[in-house]
Amino acid sequence: MFHSLGRYILLLRLSFRKPEKFSVYWDEIMREMVSIGIGSLGIIAIISVFIGAVAAIQVAFQLLSPYISKSVVGSISRDSTILEFSPTISALVLAGRVGSSIASQIGTMRVTEQIDALEIMGVNAPGYLIAPKIIAGLTMIPLLTITSVILGLSGGYIACAASRDIATSDYILGLQNGFNPVIVTVCAVKSIAFGFIITSVCSYFGFYTSGGSLEVGQSATKGVVFSCIWILFADLVISSLLL
Amino acid sequence: MIEIVDIYKTFGENAVLKGISASFKAGKNNLIIGSSGSGKTTLLKCIVGLHEPTKGEVYYDKENFTAMNFEGRVPIRKQIGMLFQNSALFDSMTVEQNIIFPLNLFTDMSKSEKLDRANFCLKRVNLEGKNKLYPSELSGGMKKRVGIARAISMQPKYLFVDEPNSGLDPKTAILIDELINEITEEFKTTTVVVTHDMNSVMGIGDNIIFLHNGEKWWEGSNHQIAHTDNKELNSFVFASKFMQAAREKL
Repeated sequence: MFHSLGRYILLLRLSFRKPEKFSVYWDEIMREMVSIGIGSLGIIAIISVFIGAVAAIQVAFQLLSPYISKSVVGSISRDSTILEFSPTISALVLAGRVGSSIASQIGTMRVTEQIDALEIMGVNAPGYLIAPKIIAGLTMIPLLTITSVILGLSGGYIACAASRDIATSDYILGLQNGFNPVIVTVCAVKSIAFGFIITSVCSYFGFYTSGGSLEVGQSATKGVVFSCIWILFADLVISSLLL
Repeated sequence: MIEIVDIYKTFGENAVLKGISASFKAGKNNLIIGSSGSGKTTLLKCIVGLHEPTKGEVYYDKENFTAMNFEGRVPIRKQIGMLFQNSALFDSMTVEQNIIFPLNLFTDMSKSEKLDRANFCLKRVNLEGKNKLYPSELSGGMKKRVGIARAISMQPKYLFVDEPNSGLDPKTAILIDELINEITEEFKTTTVVVTHDMNSVMGIGDNIIFLHNGEKWWEGSNHQIAHTDNKELNSFVFASKFMQAAREKL
């Protein structure tokens, strides 16, 4: 385990060496941002709307009684969406979608000698392949999380409008009541941490792939599994430190 | 000129290279031959720095490459072109982008100069007009030629070629050999070719090193190889009935 951790840290250090030519790296960063950000927008939009809607329905089912204000549905949906559902579930889905793509892409480059070709040319392969992905993950995953929060809360609104058990005005009132800005900070910190974990862990497993296509698949699986574990661990640590 | 001195390489308990010394001349095709598992590709990877030798040194024009760190090696690496066994073209890039890639990173050429250079390299390997194709749209022989075009884009002083004929039909294999030979003569590169293809050996082998079980067993030219009395080399060279028949006629 310590051997892997050491290799991971050394790989990250190599990744952030001074680039050979910044303009080429800038193009790569833009390409990765489009791939991670735009490429994941559809799946994030779909899961966010559904999770927001389900959250509102379940909170209404469990908490509503004549003694509790109906606006509580909005408040609890808001807090759970911003604190947990949007950053964590989005990150777990992105670990599958983005992480497996990163690990298999870099792993394939390794087994087909494309990484060797980069090194022969004198290119810092970890810097060229991994740094743009990490930078894109650090910027696009927080933006996807913000999108997820907005769409999740919209999903709750749609669920309220469709069910008629809770008036949409009560839901919106609940969204506004007792808002504590610290939950936005926690959400931002989580999404940045998860962006880093997904891109760096999956890059690590891809970069150290050896063998053939079977091993590329195994690297992608390992990348996703370890990313998910680290996401959940980081979720616990950040929540306990900041809340 | 490239010189290797007393190169050893072990993987765990397995000694793959056992004290190999040789020199590879400029403007010549230097071939490393041997049967599968003899250590040819490992030696090539030690020379270009993809593997670090367990012991021994590699000199590029008297400069000790093995003693250098990553940054120190970059100026030498800019002078290296390499054709990999599976071509190793970047899948996400077109043929033109593959060739321009090292120029983007290491030169200040303008866009039109880079395009001119890419077109020149493609013309040199008889692939004019294939600029916008992706590697997945190319045949095995075309991939090899694009690999050569990318390798010569930076006008290398040293050209390394790993199994240039693997997976190719005999006619295409000869075309690739001829291309490597022409480039070596034209650009005066120090060319090192790893192969076990006897057509390559007889066709372009100016200086041949025969490896057997990780050791240098024989060294000479393609003219000398047919007349050697080295037992292991003979069994390698004349393994096929065709070569045995050819020997009888020599």
